[in-house]
Amino acid sequence: MKGFLRLAYKLLVNDKAKFTALLVGQTFAVFLMMFVTSMFIGVLNHASSTVINIGASMWVMDPAVQTITNSIGMPDYVLDAVRSMQGVKYAVPLYSGGALVKLPDGTYQSVTVVGLDDTTLFGRPQLTEGKIEDIYAENGFIVVNDSEFSKLESPHLGSEFELNDHRGVVVGIAAVTTSGLYGIPTLYTTYERAVQYIPNPRYTLSNVLVEPKTPQDIARIKGQVAALGYLALTKQEFIERTADFYVFQTGGGTNILIMTVISFIVGLSITGQTFYTFILENLERFGALKAIGTRNRDLVRMILFQAGFTSFIGYGLGVGLCTLLICLAKLRLASYAAMVSYASLLLAFGMVLIITAVSSYVGVRRVLRIEPFEIFRG
Amino acid sequence: MANPAIKATGLNKWFGEGEAKTIALRDITLEAQFGEMVYIVGPSGSGKTTLLSVLSGILKPNAGNVWVEGIDIWSLDADQLADFRLHKIGFVFQDYHLFPRLNTAENAAIPLILRKQDWDESIREAAKYLEIVGLKGRAELPPVKLSGGEQQRVAIARAMISQPDILIMDEPTASLDGDTGQAILKFVHDNVLKENRCIVVVTHDSRIYEYASRILTMEDGRITGTKERVA
Repeated sequence: MKGFLRLAYKLLVNDKAKFTALLVGQTFAVFLMMFVTSMFIGVLNHASSTVINIGASMWVMDPAVQTITNSIGMPDYVLDAVRSMQGVKYAVPLYSGGALVKLPDGTYQSVTVVGLDDTTLFGRPQLTEGKIEDIYAENGFIVVNDSEFSKLESPHLGSEFELNDHRGVVVGIAAVTTSGLYGIPTLYTTYERAVQYIPNPRYTLSNVLVEPKTPQDIARIKGQVAALGYLALTKQEFIERTADFYVFQTGGGTNILIMTVISFIVGLSITGQTFYTFILENLERFGALKAIGTRNRDLVRMILFQAGFTSFIGYGLGVGLCTLLICLAKLRLASYAAMVSYASLLLAFGMVLIITAVSSYVGVRRVLRIEPFEIFRG
Repeated sequence: MANPAIKATGLNKWFGEGEAKTIALRDITLEAQFGEMVYIVGPSGSGKTTLLSVLSGILKPNAGNVWVEGIDIWSLDADQLADFRLHKIGFVFQDYHLFPRLNTAENAAIPLILRKQDWDESIREAAKYLEIVGLKGRAELPPVKLSGGEQQRVAIARAMISQPDILIMDEPTASLDGDTGQAILKFVHDNVLKENRCIVVVTHDSRIYEYASRILTMEDGRITGTKERVA
């Protein structure tokens, strides 16, 4: 480290009270922002849980559909039409809908029912108990063992329930990558059983799951589906469409934006003010350095180094604290809806850069304006 | 003939404009030679500190020139002037202006550090100078643990460490008791003043006049008297 930067470092860290206050401010701001955005990204991820868990490459749906949870039924011919399109390797139906389950104790519980293609069971979950072929057994259902599992009275193989006056039997317990957003359990069964058990409108086909022959066929399939009056999206596009819905049409995005701005203001206020106080307290010394013969650009470097050093340590601590807290929360609650993403990291980093720039600017302005002559005058 | 250490001609300096205009220096001309310890004395507001600032390249005069070792310092740009101060001039400030968060050696080493000299080497050099000013074994202490006289010695070590040709001392005894002030100036006179060094001291303290080679008296921005070799 260059001598004058080491000097800047010592001036900063040896003032333990100020340095701690600066770190706390930065850490808190980064933590707050990371946590809020991580939670939101986690929520968005959970909102697309069915899309992620089923894992199909392409999804065909009614153009009015915004998320997987508000599916609009399509006529059965759509499935046949898609199967006959050029570039389609295979296509299967999917049912996704809500229902009420009557539990043995007489209480009712909302559930999400996913109906898989009877022939292929495409999109089936990973079973931890039971055998997948038992889904074809009479009244067979697979229960997802996520954080909502206990709401079905923690069923085991053979447990029974009622679904719209139909008997249901648990034939398998499954684990999924991502659990749902709405805090309700998920049941898997066959497509035919789902549309048979659950009261439905005229059209029952929620989605057609498509596997293109090659990635180049995606555009062609989209065009053909659009010509049919429906919408085909890749898995990623469907996830983004779901995210856009929650960001722009539910107020969630606005709330996150407000929280992010608040955390930014808090961070900027604490850090900026503390750093400014630090500069003010050392103003005479900076003036003395100037009198002794420090060039202005070296003073600027010193201040930038001090602000940058504090900010990046604060950034690391904030990210670490947020990650630690999320990890601890996930130890207690496996489906805890928060995830640290590159987007959060970049956003927080950008915020830290702005805080550093503003804090430095204020300090630099003050230091550059001081006249060494004032040091002589005391 | 060799250049004088400091030569100033026709120095004028004022602050403010119009009715608020205050004239601090009026047509000052002076010379200081190497090996001299020149005192500038006078009542408060007479322009002593302003003159010191102008001579040391800190405050630009409105008119006049200052040559240090033959260099017209006010023709230099800001960076050149900063380099000039760093390499040619040592400062001892009235309030010492030591960094409380640095230890004594680090404080004394600042000019070398600013010259981009290696940190450890600078600290070793500073320890030597602290020994010279009588602060052996105090290198690791923070300035707050030192007495006023000791802090002034650290400031002197800091000013001396870069072996400047010109040493500028602003009210060096103002914060010290009489005996300590005397001891400090005696030390400077006996150990710091050399044939190739010029020391300019601004002071109110008549008890230290005995160490001056020459005393310039200022009043209302003018040099009103010169007293040669008092001691």
